[in-house]
Amino acid sequence: MRRIAEYVTIWVPLLLSAGHVVLFTAWTTWMSFTPSTLMPVSGWVGWRNYTAVLGTRNWSIAFDNLLLFGAGFVVLTALTGLGLAILLDQRIRGENVLRSVFLYPMAVSFVVTGTVWSWLLNPGMGVQKLVNGWGWTGFRFDWLIDRDMAIWTVVIAGIWQASGFAMALFLAGLRSVEGDLIKAAQIDGAGPIRLYTRVILPSLWPIAVAVFVILLQFAIKTFDLVRALTGGGPGLATQLPALVVYDFMFQRGHIGRGSAAAVLMLLTLLGVLLPYGAWKLYRQRRAARA
Amino acid sequence: MALGSYTGKGARPVRNAPTRVLLHAIAILLAAAYLVPLAVVLLNSVRSAEEIAQTSMIGWPLAWAWGNYATAWSDFCIAQTCTGIQPYMLNSALVTVPATILSTLLGAVAGYAISLWRFPGHAWIFGLVTLGVFLPEQMRLIPWTIVLRDVGLSNTLTGLVAIHTIQGLSFTTLFCRNYYLSIPQDLIKAAKIDGAGFFRIFARIVLPLSPPILIVSTIWQFTGIWNEFLYGVTFTTGTQQPITAALIALTAAVADAPQYGVQSAAVVLAALPTLLVYLFGGRYFVRGLTAGAVK
Repeated sequence: MRRIAEYVTIWVPLLLSAGHVVLFTAWTTWMSFTPSTLMPVSGWVGWRNYTAVLGTRNWSIAFDNLLLFGAGFVVLTALTGLGLAILLDQRIRGENVLRSVFLYPMAVSFVVTGTVWSWLLNPGMGVQKLVNGWGWTGFRFDWLIDRDMAIWTVVIAGIWQASGFAMALFLAGLRSVEGDLIKAAQIDGAGPIRLYTRVILPSLWPIAVAVFVILLQFAIKTFDLVRALTGGGPGLATQLPALVVYDFMFQRGHIGRGSAAAVLMLLTLLGVLLPYGAWKLYRQRRAARA
Repeated sequence: MALGSYTGKGARPVRNAPTRVLLHAIAILLAAAYLVPLAVVLLNSVRSAEEIAQTSMIGWPLAWAWGNYATAWSDFCIAQTCTGIQPYMLNSALVTVPATILSTLLGAVAGYAISLWRFPGHAWIFGLVTLGVFLPEQMRLIPWTIVLRDVGLSNTLTGLVAIHTIQGLSFTTLFCRNYYLSIPQDLIKAAKIDGAGFFRIFARIVLPLSPPILIVSTIWQFTGIWNEFLYGVTFTTGTQQPITAALIALTAAVADAPQYGVQSAAVVLAALPTLLVYLFGGRYFVRGLTAGAVK
């Protein structure tokens, strides 16, 4: 009897958790090859959903946006986080408070972040209106409604939300640089700038890779933030793959194509995660051999 | 590497006084910049719609409109339902609290089973469970829709609790398994020789060592589930929606005649639970963030 309770306790949660990952991935992948529209149906249409999705303007624009947003968001967030970490590493007074301030946006939902930034960046009532009201009437900051610049408003909100997280990882890295290494460099007469560029930063790059991968993963999955900030607009200017999936599945009632788009999203994600996993494995093996 | 802990002090390479003053000034300015969105929404939450329309979203309240909070909480109309955000906040709480507790407890047992009990196939099943951390939600939307319909939980809070519990297991199992790896295997072996079984070892040895990781897991799950939007908006409608989905509906509902003061109050109230958790458990929040993200 006790044996049975034991097996149930161990296996039911694990099988539900592992099972849904495997089953749902297979299920959605299978649906991407069916002619499902409003309801899932069986049948086989080969790659037709994929060619249809890849052929839509919606998807190609969303993917171009993702490349731009991904690059901008990842690089700028990582750099901001690194800058904050280096700053805090100078024995700044009140470090605990400052750290909490830089990190608090991470505790807030993307919906809240998107909503608040949509107000701040709205030229009719946000920063532009404020500056105009001060008397500088020619001041323009209307990226939110500018097709070419709207994607950068998502980047701005994203940096605000995630840079504290990058900071936390970099700061932990900075704090674990060996003191002897730093002392040796200082004895050799290295100034603060040389110390960072030659000794400290080079030892941080495994963390930098981790930060990049995590942020890239964030970027690929971005949905709520855009939904709340721009709704994908103006036009399709801030459309991203996650929104396209939702659009196909629940607004256009095309489950087959939505599933194909979801699989394409997953493949994009794997394109980031698999090389990273392989690289980590390689490093582990090498460390084990040394 | 002990990621997530920043104990110890940095190298302190910069020592001369003017530079240090400058560094402090930069730090304070940056911190102020990060606080601007919070300050703006807090101030707006006590400004009237007319006042905001006349000036801008950014400004000091001339007359303190505390009534915004009462309106946002209980009177405001979202899609023809004039109940304020109160029922949606309650929905979020009714989903978040049970799902957080369930996923944390089940994750602790699962993590213990994988790391210390070591049944055949534990490495495989752990690998599959952690894949759930990475799998995009979009891959699960239609399957969940169908499963919820077939078990009769469409458009119910119970359905959301089930989803968040099962998906949350990916994170909580990962947290607990990694944490329990530091418990010596010999301790478990000795207890087994003394005749202790699976449950007794968990209750007597593992659980007493667990509070730190249980706190991390609870905070992480609470924040994640409270802030979740996609499932809320996909699997529930109308008055069954959690607060994140209701906020978006509210913004859409008042698009013609925005009530920024009241909306700001609603945003503040919606963000308050996770901000409070962060304020009091920030240290653990960071640990979860780094552990969940890096491992």
